[in-house]
Amino acid sequence: MDNATSAGVPRRPIEDASVRVMSARPNLLTRLRNLASRRELLSSLITSDIRIKYKSSVLGIFWSMLSPALTLGIYYLVFSEFLKNGIPNFFIYLFSGLVVWNLFQTAINTATGVIVDRASLVKKVSFPREILALANVGAAVVYFCIQLGVLALVLLIVGHQPAWNYMWILPISFAALYLFTASVAMVMSALNVYLRDVKHLMEVLLMLWFYLTPIVYSYENTVSARLHLHGLTLLYFLNPITLIVLTFQRVFYVAVTVASTVPPHPTLQILPTWSISMFFFLNLALLGIMIVLFLVSLTIFGRLEGNFESEL
Amino acid sequence: MTTVIEVSNISKQFKIHHERHKSLKERLLHPKSGSTELFSALVDIDFKISDNETVGIVGHNGSGKSTLLKCICGVLQPTTGEIRLRGSLAALLELGAGFQHELSGRENVHLYGAMLGFSRKMIDGIFDDVVDFSELEQFIDTQVKFYSSGMYVRLAFAVAVNVDPDILVVDEVLAVGDERFQAKCLDRIRRFQEEGRSILLVTHQADQVRSVCDRALVLDGGHLIADGPVVESLRIFREHLLDDAIEHDRAGVQSSVTIDAITTPSGSFDVRSGAGMHFDVDITSLTAYSGNFVLEIFTRSGLLVSRSDAQGSPVNLRPGHNRVAVDLAQIPLLDGIYDINVGIVDSHGNTVIAWREQGATIQVIYDGREGGLVELGASIQQQ
Repeated sequence: MDNATSAGVPRRPIEDASVRVMSARPNLLTRLRNLASRRELLSSLITSDIRIKYKSSVLGIFWSMLSPALTLGIYYLVFSEFLKNGIPNFFIYLFSGLVVWNLFQTAINTATGVIVDRASLVKKVSFPREILALANVGAAVVYFCIQLGVLALVLLIVGHQPAWNYMWILPISFAALYLFTASVAMVMSALNVYLRDVKHLMEVLLMLWFYLTPIVYSYENTVSARLHLHGLTLLYFLNPITLIVLTFQRVFYVAVTVASTVPPHPTLQILPTWSISMFFFLNLALLGIMIVLFLVSLTIFGRLEGNFESEL
Repeated sequence: MTTVIEVSNISKQFKIHHERHKSLKERLLHPKSGSTELFSALVDIDFKISDNETVGIVGHNGSGKSTLLKCICGVLQPTTGEIRLRGSLAALLELGAGFQHELSGRENVHLYGAMLGFSRKMIDGIFDDVVDFSELEQFIDTQVKFYSSGMYVRLAFAVAVNVDPDILVVDEVLAVGDERFQAKCLDRIRRFQEEGRSILLVTHQADQVRSVCDRALVLDGGHLIADGPVVESLRIFREHLLDDAIEHDRAGVQSSVTIDAITTPSGSFDVRSGAGMHFDVDITSLTAYSGNFVLEIFTRSGLLVSRSDAQGSPVNLRPGHNRVAVDLAQIPLLDGIYDINVGIVDSHGNTVIAWREQGATIQVIYDGREGGLVELGASIQQQ
């Protein structure tokens, strides 16, 4: 029964095997290379993450839709119907911002506690620990894609044309979003090992953050003038999610100025009047910053990682 | 010979928080309180392991052997120094290897394989062997949260030995599982040895090291105090345990008893197989002490041939010079050289009071026809 697995296959000579070096502080390049070599682990973790979450639930992955759908419905009801913000097609406006936010929020909420939750694994098996956080971000990306699909379906049903000429900026925007989310997820998951209340802090912070991002309100119509008056525009845009949300809204909601649905139907400016190239350059600049941020976060993670074993 | 594991000047320090503040509030309110102390778990460890070697790491609790192993496996980062590994490594640190409880055995095998750094295709290829080895065919699609602890370990070990690692690291896991599975694991370890892989085994069972390893490292207080052949290393390990015990011995009994010499009336330690042997053990004691006398006989390869009574035979030592006479009625051993260890332990048989490793070496002369270790006086007749 104990039939040989390796005896049949000739073993490659040990002299040819690759050498791994483990030192006190692997440099950034080594980290990136390690990370890249473990793509397969990342995909395994993402699938197992999603599988575990919806295992033994009847509706399975549909739950990942239900909660965003409910949020969407409630915000629509509150802001459009009760508070009468006057934005036409508010549902689409809301949806295009929420897909972005949901990715960020889901990823951060799950990733912050992940290293503490998976302590038993971290203490026993060697692999780049940041993969755990990145897997949670990856799972959030999967949900994001599903939601994007639903958004496309909604647009199709309603007969709402997205701004096709802006569409090609979305990948840049998405890349920036991914890198930002991954950076925050990595750093927070590592910090949470040392300070367990980072997880709770992030939950509260995310709530505030949500309202600092123009998702349920319009940037141009609601805050832009006042920010400008107090010279806070730059501060507002320090939140990288803002530009990404604006880009998504520009692509899917399209209209920059609309007639209010509330009498006497004044004209509302919803989105910034930036040109395509402006959107492109802003997103490109953001992507550049996010790449740097990602590398910095990876370095920070590396510093914090050294004492995980003794802190867990 | 290729160096497979190269550990150069590894040190590992831990911060010990005397009062741990885990929450933000506590850290903000008491930024200075709670002193921290640096604890060196490993100090300048330096060694190399080649392919074809099975190395045991021994040391008592807190000697740093698990820390060292974790550094080698990459679970811990050393504070200073560098470790070079050639080839793939599979490690078994404690039980279960961090399986995901919600996932089935099948899914966990794949995930664990990916954790160890093996490709999905490769895991698919060995999956049947893993299941076979673990003997969990019926349960492989059951969530592992329903597994018993034995099943857990079996699955983890099955993955680790079937992924075809160049280096296998085993930490105390052989202590679990039923005897048959243990035998199977040891069997697999033996085959790995024959195939020329490197195995690193951490244990505090000296017998296991003796039977499996070619070389042993001894750690004490984070220092590497011995690195050499098993018998030699284990001798140092035992002596250290004894030194340690003396240090912690408040009553001072241990320092008061010494075993001076083992002598025979004729002065010769040669004996014919099947004959009896008599020798005297001279013991000096500063106080009166009642303990047990233990006699061990080992082969040169480190196999325990006999331990006289697990608990030892009672002796009452008087202050001053004592002599214990040991009579071996019959030595049925075959040709060879055997080492004799003698010692005094306390009456419960737990604490070693005095020990003499390799106190004497006997040479057995045998001219019969049997081979092996003992003469059973076999006579074969056809009927």
